[in-house]
Amino acid sequence: MSNPIINPKNLVYEKSSVLLDNTMHYCPGCSHGTVHRIVAEVIEEMNMQDKTIGCAPVGCAVFIYNYINVDFAECAHGRAPALATAIKRLNPDHLVFTYQGDGDLAAIGTGETIHACNRGENITIIFINNGIYGMTGGQMAPTTLVGMKSSTCPYGRDVQLNGYPLNITPLLAQLEGTCYVTRQSVHTANNVKKTKKAIRKAFENSMVGKGTSVVEVVSSCNSGWKMSPVKANTWMEENMLKAYPLGDLKDK
Amino acid sequence: MAKVKGAIEVDIERCKGCEVCISACPSNVLAMSKGVNTKGYPYSYMLNPDACIGCASCGYICPDGCIRVYKIKI
Repeated sequence: MSNPIINPKNLVYEKSSVLLDNTMHYCPGCSHGTVHRIVAEVIEEMNMQDKTIGCAPVGCAVFIYNYINVDFAECAHGRAPALATAIKRLNPDHLVFTYQGDGDLAAIGTGETIHACNRGENITIIFINNGIYGMTGGQMAPTTLVGMKSSTCPYGRDVQLNGYPLNITPLLAQLEGTCYVTRQSVHTANNVKKTKKAIRKAFENSMVGKGTSVVEVVSSCNSGWKMSPVKANTWMEENMLKAYPLGDLKDK
Repeated sequence: MAKVKGAIEVDIERCKGCEVCISACPSNVLAMSKGVNTKGYPYSYMLNPDACIGCASCGYICPDGCIRVYKIKI
């Protein structure tokens, strides 16, 4: 039975054509897919598909070039901001962004991230914070919450043994080089819209040369957290958002 | 006030059955299919199509971009 409402002239929402039709390798319900989709939508709305260069991380999003139809450079682990610096300096008319997870940005790439932000490079850093190393089997990450279980801290993160979670976004907000630092999430439709606006603003800042923009997206890793996707989103709202509250940390 | 009515189309082969669209729907329109797609995932469908208001919350939240949303004024 065909539904008369389903007609191209009544279309109000569909995925962007910048997002390719390849089925993503992410687990069902993974926040990466949602963020990929909104990055593709923003690139399409800004009409920058031919002038965008992304810097792919090491982590689950390593295959981002299979899903978003723009140019990509594959970076060594954590080095995406360094590579993005070079790409943006050599191609100042291009939109250059990095897409990194918490293991990439806040562990091995802490130095690159802090120095790129401190230099005020005109790039956008999209930081996916799910508090765990998702790709390699759910090990503890710098951003793992106190008491949160992972495969390398099965009894929960112990401050005496493992130290405190690294809340890196407020650190980056203190640096002179950053112009826009915000923390968003994608667990509800409303938050998806806010994140999309934040990414749009960050991309526009990088094109007018205001400095580095950082968009942290607090995300869920339902496989790593051993939960269903819907339960992972609820858990994230109850626990992650207490440690990582949403909102703009800096906007100049 | 003009009333609106919506409908969605799900890319069944792309859907992974994560169910976040069901939790995002304000009108309880969606449900998971009993059958599965060729990858073995159940997929989302409109169990209660008359209640759909075309708000596109399911489309915005879908991690795999498999939902097209349509809306008309009646």
